[in-house]
Amino acid sequence: METILSIENLSKRFGPVQAVRNVSLEIQKGNVYGILGPNGSGKSTTLGIVLNVVNKTSGNYSWFGGTMQTHEALKKVGAIIERPNFYPYMTATENLELVCKIKGADYLKINEKLQLVGLIDRKNSKFSTFSLGMKQRLAIASALLNDPEILILDEPTNGLDPQGIHQIRDIIKMIAAQGTTILLASHLLDEVEKVCSHVLVLRKGEVLYSGRVDEMSANDGFFELQSDDLQQLQSVLLLLPKIEKCIEENGKLLVYLKAPIKAQELNRLLFEKNIVLNHLVLRKHSLEEQFLELTKSH
Amino acid sequence: MKRLLSIELQKIWKNRASRVLTLSYFILLTFIALIASIKFDLGPFQFHLAEMGIFNFPFIWHFNTYIAAILKFFLAIVIVSMMANEYSYGTLKQNLIDSLSKKEFIASKFLTVVVLSGISTVFVFVMSMILGLCFSSYNEIGIIFSDLDYILAYFVKLVGFFSFCLFLGILVKRSAFALGFLLVWNILEGIAKGLLKFQLFPNSNNDEFVMQFFPLEAMSNLIVEPFTRLSVVKSIGTQIGIENFKNYGVPWLEIFIVIGWTVIFMLMSYNLLKKRDL
Repeated sequence: METILSIENLSKRFGPVQAVRNVSLEIQKGNVYGILGPNGSGKSTTLGIVLNVVNKTSGNYSWFGGTMQTHEALKKVGAIIERPNFYPYMTATENLELVCKIKGADYLKINEKLQLVGLIDRKNSKFSTFSLGMKQRLAIASALLNDPEILILDEPTNGLDPQGIHQIRDIIKMIAAQGTTILLASHLLDEVEKVCSHVLVLRKGEVLYSGRVDEMSANDGFFELQSDDLQQLQSVLLLLPKIEKCIEENGKLLVYLKAPIKAQELNRLLFEKNIVLNHLVLRKHSLEEQFLELTKSH
Repeated sequence: MKRLLSIELQKIWKNRASRVLTLSYFILLTFIALIASIKFDLGPFQFHLAEMGIFNFPFIWHFNTYIAAILKFFLAIVIVSMMANEYSYGTLKQNLIDSLSKKEFIASKFLTVVVLSGISTVFVFVMSMILGLCFSSYNEIGIIFSDLDYILAYFVKLVGFFSFCLFLGILVKRSAFALGFLLVWNILEGIAKGLLKFQLFPNSNNDEFVMQFFPLEAMSNLIVEPFTRLSVVKSIGTQIGIENFKNYGVPWLEIFIVIGWTVIFMLMSYNLLKKRDL
């Protein structure tokens, strides 16, 4: 696997505030990474540091194995940070021409990318006349001009209406499908769950979790059970060796496991103890639940 | 270098306000030629400014560069706002993310300053040459091309002044405040001058020695006012008993001081940019 970006023990302090604390991360080619965290958890600061706009306090990062300087490496990166920044008095095309000059990309890419994000009809309109959704799409077009090896998106759907969010999400999925590595920072969990394969969870500048999305929760899920007598069910369950704990919620019993157990096996065990279930579901935590769990318990 | 320049010129040229200001600057420069048409006809006494010797070689180099330098404020506004806009549009951040290095960013701004100053210098040179050839009483090659150091001084003065503006733009981040700061700085230099002259060194020339190291004072000393050098004014002066021993030439020390300030302003700008988190 080719490493695109590696971050080692990166820290950033703004006066008394520790914005990022010892963040480490490896980005491999072809994966889609999500950085999750509540507002102010250090997502944008971390991205700002590797994109050369925020100075690190300590730690290291290197692009493409450290063979080139950051600003040279950024020629192979496409990034948008927070809000779309363009010259309001220039048209979409003129703005992209400027970006082409900076990145050393071909002008021919401009129409191709405008087509991709659906702005070709407005290419000669001034940037100041664009709606927020169009500005954000222009930013994506601009980030894609150099056919980057990695696309970095920081809150790409912030402040957009449902259609806008949907359009951006479709574009991201399309880009991910082409095999481009993506690093997506967001606090919208379903967004990350839908597109990302790996996730980094930050809170107050610290890494809480780093790894695959589907391995985020340590156990393999939990059971939702219901029977006529919940008390009896609970006391029987707690005698079983593989059960860690039971929590009653909305008239159902949530059963957490120490070791994996199959639904049919659990059902049989309970039936042998004369308990008939009227509800049995094996559930996995949604990313949102896992995220809340993580950020709460630490 | 061409790439950096074309990036920056596109930013300026596509902005209508900057374009209008730049164009009006050059149009106003040509209006210096209109001085030639100043004519008073008071019966027996006829006054034609062009024939008072202001367009004589080599004096014309001095006169025109002095007058042209007054108009530099037009370009100063363009330069301050080209820097301050990058902050207010957030495009400085975007440019850096789009792989421009901080060094390249400053270089592109400075190159633009040098190019605008260069165009203005060539413009003044050509215009003075034409005016001189039309009105000068002396047309010998040797005289025409003497005292050309005023043109050099003009160029250095513009580059120095615009570098100062650029630095203020980066420091203050808002064009109006940066221009205000320039004004405040000007007043501060004036106060310092007064203090030195009347309080610290009332009986010596030490105040001038110290003042020449201040940036705006050094720039203004590059081309001293030419009016008292005119023969008419001079003869009036002698009649009422004022002897004038002013040195009108371009002082080389001042050229080096201004170049020094230009370097300092650019280095400080780069350092500011490097240290700041965007």
